[in-house]
Amino acid sequence: MEENDVKNRFKAVVIGGSAGSLSVLFEVFPALNPRLNVAIILVLHRKYSGDSSLSDLLSTKTSLPTKEIDDKDPILPGHIYLAPADYHSLIEKNYSFSLDVSEKINFSRPSLDVTFESAADTFGPSLVAILLSGSNDDGTAGLKTVKEAGGFIIAQKPETAQMPYMPQNAINNLEIDLILDSKEISDFINMLNQ
Amino acid sequence: MIEDEEIDLLLNDVFEIYGYDFANYSRASLKRRIIRLFALDKFPSFAELRYRVRTEEDYLKRFIEEITVNVTEMFRDPSFYKVLRTEILPVLGTKPFIRIWHAGCSTGEEVFSMAILLQEANLLKKSLLYATDLNPSVLEKVRKGIFPLNQMKQYSESYIASGGTKDFSTYYTANYGQAKLNEDLSEKIIISTHNLVSDSSFNEFDLILCRNVLIYFDKDLQERALKLFDESLGVLGYLALGSKETLKFSTIQARYKQLDKEKIWKKTM
Repeated sequence: MEENDVKNRFKAVVIGGSAGSLSVLFEVFPALNPRLNVAIILVLHRKYSGDSSLSDLLSTKTSLPTKEIDDKDPILPGHIYLAPADYHSLIEKNYSFSLDVSEKINFSRPSLDVTFESAADTFGPSLVAILLSGSNDDGTAGLKTVKEAGGFIIAQKPETAQMPYMPQNAINNLEIDLILDSKEISDFINMLNQ
Repeated sequence: MIEDEEIDLLLNDVFEIYGYDFANYSRASLKRRIIRLFALDKFPSFAELRYRVRTEEDYLKRFIEEITVNVTEMFRDPSFYKVLRTEILPVLGTKPFIRIWHAGCSTGEEVFSMAILLQEANLLKKSLLYATDLNPSVLEKVRKGIFPLNQMKQYSESYIASGGTKDFSTYYTANYGQAKLNEDLSEKIIISTHNLVSDSSFNEFDLILCRNVLIYFDKDLQERALKLFDESLGVLGYLALGSKETLKFSTIQARYKQLDKEKIWKKTM
């Protein structure tokens, strides 16, 4: 992809991850441009713990403002949003979040597919979706919807993933735009800013 | 792919023919539910779904049941119930009479959780629990008080985490994969349909619980519901919302004070 193609095209990056994805984020976050002007939406499978310590932990890795999503939070450029445990996170046409406690999808709530699909509906071609390490099927159907809506889809290089199954499943079933390791993922996100 | 304009037409039909107004529901969630129902019932086209909703009242019932989210559980967020147990109920217990409203109660798991807390605090006899929802078929389930047996292990764990000390299985009778909750828990539960979009205040309460219902509303409708709760709460009454919901942006906020960590507010004037 030429650098010119990406300038100002993208408004949001949705990153989905499961087992083994946290270590990737710990590498990507410190490398992010502190003046990034796209929004980053993070959906991670995790066990409900009743507190918000994961967003506190992630916020120590970046100077970008990081918060766990509350219902109807607006989506602002340069902010990082973490989907809360035990809710699906959806995105409204007015660039705000709506939460949902409906049935688990792919045994997961939050489900990556739900947020990818909802983000595709709102952001269309101005969305980047990235699928990281994990050991289940979640994410592939969502990436397909992102692609069909004109968005850009990326999978973590499976040989660099602690759990290669999830990104490999997407690579096997879809035409992925880029397959990247964690360093390349942070470079790519920073490039959106040029 | 279903277009937003098609959703508008369908919702308009539902309002004009049946009086259910979903215009101010969170659109992203509602659209996903409609697409899900469209796939589930294998409609060849969106026009067919629309026709069936328009012409078959029985199908409208299914439509309402499926597009509203009726996922709920007993003792969801145990730390919330712990605060009810240790901080709220002792205060309410000083009153001669306790009135509680579960707004948007769905199949009633939270109502029965509350009934258990009240019974353990020896307050159930002087309490009334109003359980309301817009959807008559979920209220039928509240009336029966029967839940899937396979959920009980998790409910028991949440009950214990909320500070419960009894054997949770003493609260139900197991039969053919179902758990029937003890009849005495139901005695003080009053069940009625009530639509937060269109119905008004109907009583004054000491505690209103509306958890993970406002997330399905847009901000305007959230404000309407919060005003309705405000009108329905006595001074020093409590309002409890879901763990990701807030009063922060509402005009009623000035009269409320939040308790520490949990999403419980006390009406101060």
